[in-house]
Amino acid sequence: MKLLEYQGKELFSEYNIDVPKSYLAKNQSELNQIVDKLEFPVVLKSQLTVGGRGKAGAILKCTKKEELAPKFTELLNKVVKGERPKIILIEEVVDIDKELYLSLFLNRGKRTYSLISSSQGGMDIESVENKVIQDVSINGLSQSVAENIAKNLGLSGVTATTFAELVTKLAKLVKEKEAELAEINPVAILKNGTCLALDSKIIIDDNSLFRHSELRKYIQISELQEQAEKNGFSFVELDGNIAIIGNGAGLVMSTLDVVNDAGGKSGAFLDFGGRATTETIYKAIEVISKLSKVKAILVNLFGGIVRTDLVAQAILDAYKNGMISVPIYARISGAESEKSRQMLSNSNAKLYDTVEEAISSLVHYIGLSK
Amino acid sequence: MSEKFDIFDILVGKPNDIDYGKKPVLIQGMTGNFGSVHTRLMREYGTNIVAGVTPKKGGQSFEGIPVFDSVKDASKNFDVKISGIFVPAPFFLAAVKEAVDNGIKLLVAIPEHVPIRDAIEALEYAQTNGAKIIGPNTPGVILPTIMKVGIMPSQPFQKGNTAVFSRSGTLMYEVSFHLSKAGIGQKIALGIGGDPINGTNLIEAFDLISDKDEVKSVVVVGEIGGDAEESLVEYIEKTKFNKPVVAYVAGRSAPKEKRMGHAGAIIYGNYGSAESKILSFSRVNIPVAKRPAEIPSILQNLMK
Repeated sequence: MKLLEYQGKELFSEYNIDVPKSYLAKNQSELNQIVDKLEFPVVLKSQLTVGGRGKAGAILKCTKKEELAPKFTELLNKVVKGERPKIILIEEVVDIDKELYLSLFLNRGKRTYSLISSSQGGMDIESVENKVIQDVSINGLSQSVAENIAKNLGLSGVTATTFAELVTKLAKLVKEKEAELAEINPVAILKNGTCLALDSKIIIDDNSLFRHSELRKYIQISELQEQAEKNGFSFVELDGNIAIIGNGAGLVMSTLDVVNDAGGKSGAFLDFGGRATTETIYKAIEVISKLSKVKAILVNLFGGIVRTDLVAQAILDAYKNGMISVPIYARISGAESEKSRQMLSNSNAKLYDTVEEAISSLVHYIGLSK
Repeated sequence: MSEKFDIFDILVGKPNDIDYGKKPVLIQGMTGNFGSVHTRLMREYGTNIVAGVTPKKGGQSFEGIPVFDSVKDASKNFDVKISGIFVPAPFFLAAVKEAVDNGIKLLVAIPEHVPIRDAIEALEYAQTNGAKIIGPNTPGVILPTIMKVGIMPSQPFQKGNTAVFSRSGTLMYEVSFHLSKAGIGQKIALGIGGDPINGTNLIEAFDLISDKDEVKSVVVVGEIGGDAEESLVEYIEKTKFNKPVVAYVAGRSAPKEKRMGHAGAIIYGNYGSAESKILSFSRVNIPVAKRPAEIPSILQNLMK
């Protein structure tokens, strides 16, 4: 779960990591309530999960009161990479002496956490050259390690002390909230030597949420996503018009690739997980039926113990109940496939022996139906 | 671990062992829905399941297999080194510690949705005590026609001398099915697991078979997320690994920053992208199949 900037900053405040003075507004009337409290200049920041907000014009500076309302409206209406903000963060501008970079992330290969710090803050860390990477135990890090990091960045005096404290606080947050990533980019060093987190990027381990009721309020998923998750499905909406249903994340991903290679565009990824019963397949088709952009459904099931007639029954039920009308192209490897073929013979669904054949027919159909 | 971990030795044993090919296996979480279904299937396949563990159900039995309250109780009655873990994710860490404390050396960890912190702690605990974990979020390991510890269907697998290592469960079945159909059987098929943290990663899986002459080739089924494939390529170069290898990488068309079903299948920037992995394999001349169905013919060409 990726937190929005303001949510991450709420966690920062909880851990005594300083952030700029700020306000939130969802609409014009909420903006009106805070406008007299603001000290200009301020920065308006669209609250989006996608990166690259600066370049996309989703962060705007506002030097006087008159600019506030139009810029606020501009941001609320600005869609970045398909995402529209629900809320805008309004922050007072601070006097910055220096910008640094700091992050802690799960290092998958090393099976531990790693810390990256750099004296160049504010830019994309992938393009930063002089960064320091070091391993950190999941149990946190010691004061002396934190002090060393500050020293390596060339900091001294009050700044070195406050930065070392910042590192310790961030490590504590990562440990206690079970974050996969916590990034502060940039860390602002102020004229008085103190540190301020100007941005936040925090990703929480979804699998740990069962023991973090305090973070539940940050879960923001679409209704469709929620319906899918309730059924134990993994569901990702994509840009195209072909929905792909299968058992197993790898299999569905691989099917996506074959569809893409054949010139098709996937509009949904749905992995229903383990057992292919009439009920699970029906529920999977139900989720897909809510996406009006879907022009055809591809079902790819593999497993030695799949009863294909159970799948065929779910497909028939879905058509009979008027849930869907688009064609279904299915590759189902398993028992009773002759029976299933018979069952589907008068429907808008067709069974294929290989996924390649199913995809080729599907893409042909999409081409014709344009 | 100082001594090299021999998975075949653990799973099958040596020809003069009295329980050669019938090594005892324990199932933690055997009486649950999932655990009981697969206990039956594993047993039908030839796995010698001697005991199950479910707290508060000690004294019961499942199809003649005794159930114990704890691994400790089970280990008083049986000398077991292998455990299949079928407990729900929140109980995973405790199950691992209990197993390791009572002499289990190989843990096959089936549960999905294990928190990362628990996975790291479990792996550290196992490693410190000389035990090995496969998974979590793995379909398990199968030695075709001999035994399996896991949830994979048995039909796709045939006995042979290739090794299949896969980050995805169903793709492990699918790829093995294509191989078997083409007459290429498997010595071992092992699921790495779909999580970001794996007890046995691709490098460690290769390590299990690198000095086994009876394994003639390897098929690697990778996917987007992390850099396990890139690290594997470095390992192959460094160790001059010389068995023929064919790779496949799922997720070429996956968008960035979207978790594609598996907790570990996510691209950030270029980190974890399919291009990066395919480039790595290509750099050391390991052919990368575009579709699972292509793998057998590519492998047959390499073996000529």
